[in-house]
Amino acid sequence: MAECGASGSGSSGDSLDKSITLPPDEIFRNLENAKRFAIDIGGSLTKLAYYSTVQHKVAKVRSFDHSGKDAEQDHEPPYEISVQEEVTARLHFVKFENTYIEACLDFIKDHLVNTETKVIQATGGGAYKFKDLIEEKLRLKVDKEDVMTCLIKGCNFVLKNIPHEAFVYQKDSDPEFRFQTNHPNIFPYLLVNIGSGVSIVKVETEDRFEWIGGSSIGGGTFWGLGALLTKTKKFDELLHLASKGHHTNVDMLVQDIYGGAHETLGLSGNLIASSFGKSATADREFSKEDMAKSLLHMISNDIGQLACLYARLHCLDRVYFGGFFIRGHPVTMRTITYSINFFSKGEVQALFLRHEGYLGAIGAFLKGAEQDNPNQYSWGENYAGSSGLRSSPPEPCPSQRTRGGAFDLLEMDRLERPLVNLPLLLDPSSYVPDTVDLTDDALARKYWLSCFEEALDGVVKRAVASQPGSVDAAERAEKFRQKYWNKLQTLRHQPFAYGTLTVRSLLDTREHCLNEFSFPDPYSKVKQRENGVALKCFQRVIRSLDALGWEERQLALVKGLLAGNVFDWGAKAVSDVLESDPQFGFEEAKRKLQERPWLVDSYSKWLQRLKGPPHKCALIFADNSGVDVILGVFPFVRELLSRGTEVILACNSGPALNDVTYSESLIVAERIAAMDPVIHSALREERLLLMQTGSSSPCLDLSRLDKGLAMLVRERGADLVVIEGMGRAVHTNYYASLRCESLKLAVIKNSWLAERLGGRLFSVIFKYEVPAE
Amino acid sequence: MGTTLCWLGRRSHILCWRQKDVAKACRLISWRREWRHPRKMLLNQLEAVAAIPARYDDNVDLRGGRADAQSWMNFRAFPWFGMDIGGTLVKLVYFEPKDITAEEEQEEVENLKSIRKYLTSNTAYGKTGIRDVHLELKNLTMCGRKGNLHFIRFPSCAMHRFIQMGSEKNFSSLHTTLCATGGGAFKFEEDFRMIADLQLHKLDELDCLIQGLLYVDSVGFNGKPECYYFENPTNPELCQKKPYCLDNPYPMLLVNMGSGVSILAVYSKDNYKRVTGTSLGGGTFLGLCCLLTGCETFEEALEMAAKGDSTNVDKLVKDIYGGDYERFGLQGSAVASSFGNMMSKEKRDSISKEDLARATLVTITNNIGSIARMCALNENIDRVVFVGNFLRINMVSMKLLAYAMDFWSKGQLKALFLEHEGYFGAVGALLELFKMTDDQ
Repeated sequence: MAECGASGSGSSGDSLDKSITLPPDEIFRNLENAKRFAIDIGGSLTKLAYYSTVQHKVAKVRSFDHSGKDAEQDHEPPYEISVQEEVTARLHFVKFENTYIEACLDFIKDHLVNTETKVIQATGGGAYKFKDLIEEKLRLKVDKEDVMTCLIKGCNFVLKNIPHEAFVYQKDSDPEFRFQTNHPNIFPYLLVNIGSGVSIVKVETEDRFEWIGGSSIGGGTFWGLGALLTKTKKFDELLHLASKGHHTNVDMLVQDIYGGAHETLGLSGNLIASSFGKSATADREFSKEDMAKSLLHMISNDIGQLACLYARLHCLDRVYFGGFFIRGHPVTMRTITYSINFFSKGEVQALFLRHEGYLGAIGAFLKGAEQDNPNQYSWGENYAGSSGLRSSPPEPCPSQRTRGGAFDLLEMDRLERPLVNLPLLLDPSSYVPDTVDLTDDALARKYWLSCFEEALDGVVKRAVASQPGSVDAAERAEKFRQKYWNKLQTLRHQPFAYGTLTVRSLLDTREHCLNEFSFPDPYSKVKQRENGVALKCFQRVIRSLDALGWEERQLALVKGLLAGNVFDWGAKAVSDVLESDPQFGFEEAKRKLQERPWLVDSYSKWLQRLKGPPHKCALIFADNSGVDVILGVFPFVRELLSRGTEVILACNSGPALNDVTYSESLIVAERIAAMDPVIHSALREERLLLMQTGSSSPCLDLSRLDKGLAMLVRERGADLVVIEGMGRAVHTNYYASLRCESLKLAVIKNSWLAERLGGRLFSVIFKYEVPAE
Repeated sequence: MGTTLCWLGRRSHILCWRQKDVAKACRLISWRREWRHPRKMLLNQLEAVAAIPARYDDNVDLRGGRADAQSWMNFRAFPWFGMDIGGTLVKLVYFEPKDITAEEEQEEVENLKSIRKYLTSNTAYGKTGIRDVHLELKNLTMCGRKGNLHFIRFPSCAMHRFIQMGSEKNFSSLHTTLCATGGGAFKFEEDFRMIADLQLHKLDELDCLIQGLLYVDSVGFNGKPECYYFENPTNPELCQKKPYCLDNPYPMLLVNMGSGVSILAVYSKDNYKRVTGTSLGGGTFLGLCCLLTGCETFEEALEMAAKGDSTNVDKLVKDIYGGDYERFGLQGSAVASSFGNMMSKEKRDSISKEDLARATLVTITNNIGSIARMCALNENIDRVVFVGNFLRINMVSMKLLAYAMDFWSKGQLKALFLEHEGYFGAVGALLELFKMTDDQ
């Protein structure tokens, strides 16, 4: 690697490094199909955005044509599985130092196979400077976009599409980042962009924003004045100096003016009365570190104060900070946060964004892609392809950084379906899906990370086994293992890398990584087999239920739901049993269940409720394939239908573990309907509706649900929500408050979690909640 | 009762005093040795009471009887000082009585006389003390005495020498009370007591600032108005200083620029609040200038600033956008980033110390203007009064502030200035001397 950054060209750091070799597997991925480029060139970093399509293998299920055949024939799977190629859209963002710009442009030119793209949207201060280079290298016309418009478009986009995008900085806590639940309505907000100067913009809607003020004292002042005072040329080095200095040697504090009396006067003696007030003398030398620190405080405090004044004047309490002054620097986030807290007396929160550095590139891209209407889709951060947030203090010498560290990636998948809040959430703005914040809870974090590490071998084995005909399955599975293992290690050290760390995010990351290496549905065969077995038992189970008296039946139905839930490949304790003892049956599962009273037991209240009038419409989130959905959920659904309650059965849009997918549920329902007149007529009369959640996660985020499902829920006036399974009812939504009655059921299939909740393995959660009137 | 003292309510009072009872009244009052002329003094006191505007009545709580007469007769012995000990400068106002009778002069203790002579016959004291002769308020009547008010300043770092001098000159023998405000009143209280045997009467600096300002404005500047503004602030050729009548001053935003800056919203003489403050003030200007240019004094720094060009140092909007940034309605000549050009080594090597001094001055001034303007908007006040020693001999900053208030508010805000810039706290402290009761 060349002596790039260290060549001393100074502040702008734009000496070009041509010798870098880029690893195409890691950066600039999927470049072959890339179309639509946008570039944001800042003072030291370049952000490149492109839109590309990714070919994915997906497992499709298809019902056999049963006409003229006996569906109950032995050894015959209930449906067929085929692996197909599917094309999905993905946004790629790559951030690198300006020194690499030429090497990167060359790389793109060499790898860009077929593109009809003629234009590249460019923004940022450096766009003008590199215009010729870009046009020459890529033979694309550079279309300059307004910096601030791009920033705001980008900001709106990440706030809408990336949960936990915003965070507050808390000094002295571990970790220092506390992620915020995105407000369902992101507007209005204040964006304070601290570049060389400061721009304060009020954003009111997607397209309406207003520059309400600014300040010339910004990052350029810190850098310029800092360079003069300390003879240190680089911004990062200045910050590094500042982090080691003591401003009290340079600043005049309240206690310097008041002496010790500040205490009795109720003044904080440490407040700065006059920045650089002590340096008004010719006979003292001041250290570089101290001056840099004093300068940092002076500028941060000033910006914070102005931001508070503007926020107050415009009655805004959400203030996002961005710009190179902030960008990933804990030092400046800390001083800005302090200043905001001080000047607003806690009324305003300083918010930072995980993808702040990408806003301009995202915005420029969106401007260029307007005819594709990217805003009408929902997008999701791909954990497998994104590098996540770093918190290392600025490296004083960039040339010592590892090559990988010089590039930062963000990939976002276009989701098939737009996602919205479940209309039944009591308070969407305070809804937090996850039960335990592993970023916060170090003990739980340690446990779960180890748990996922230990389970990795099994997942790899399962992935290989799921593609017996594939020659490279083992190789891909090994790559998957490496990728996910690395993610887990990253999360051990930087639990905040992808927002709040939760069991859900660990599970989702695993799914993303599996997809990345073309293991779209490792459990498809297992699910197929289990569905087949369970379907065969359906009628027997129904008959035995029907033989029971009403009260007995209600309990049996609930026990069935719970027993079905024991069949879960996601839980290690269970997958071990399932692996070693395939005969592990429904009845066996029932015996494993804890006897009443359960760990959480509001069954009596539920039974009482059932004696009352039927619910209008129940929304049920299904969990596992096989026994769970067929012998647990469907009999329960059947009972509800018989009571006159309509049922919306919501299943995942895409595969995750052995969770039943929407397409599987369609087939299963069809097969059950063939056996059961109640289900049959309900389906026909649309009293039973099968819907998809829009998600491919073993957990459930009620703030990101399929729009069609949400509309139907509203239309049908759902007044009961049933959430089953550990992933959906314990790891997530355990504390979710709804506007209607809800039932959360799960069997705790993890001894650590059971212990934490004060129970034992296979303890039962039966949580029936009625909202307060 | 020999003394007839009738109070009709707290606000208005009628004094009835029979001449022949004066001597008797004086005997009732505890004798203090410096009160050589009780009779004359009492008459002065009567005059003073009549002259005191109604606003001071609240603090004079006299309800008849001997003890009250004593309080009321609480004449303050000379010398009369008011002191404001700030972070950088000590501001001292001294009232020089000009109505001393020969008899009085004869009786005057030597110490007192020498202080008076020393202060009034010099314009500089020691190496760093300076009397702002041009600010002297002549023929002022204060507390019944006629005289001149002198304005003296010296650096706060000379405070210990000052206290030492007080000790050497046996200042404590004068049995005077030293009214002091500013942070230093607290910081140096102990030293005053231990070294010079002087008890400081400590006063709140914001109270003093406002009372002092209102007082000086009410007495005027030797017949001229105290307050002024700049006409045509956005046009350098037509911009000129004009008197402003501050008779009806409320509400006003008061921006006090010393080492740091305090911003107050003042709604009436005793209803005000501190809105905010900033640590980027006069101390920052001087501190940074010293570091950047090696200068040593405020005067030197300002002199350099007057010659420099800040646009070499600052990055302007046009440096980034090539012209105006129309999307946001920003002029090309607006500063986008203070010291922004200094990010580049070539530019760092090509600027002068004068440019740096100017850029520092412009940066600090504009920032104060910006914060003040936001406060004015938030508090819904359209008059912004700038005071404090940062403005001393600093026409550049005053015009910049006048420009900034006018330009950014589209003429809605008016920047006002006062001749006695930094001395109001000290004047306020002196006024407190007249309000004191003995037990204070």
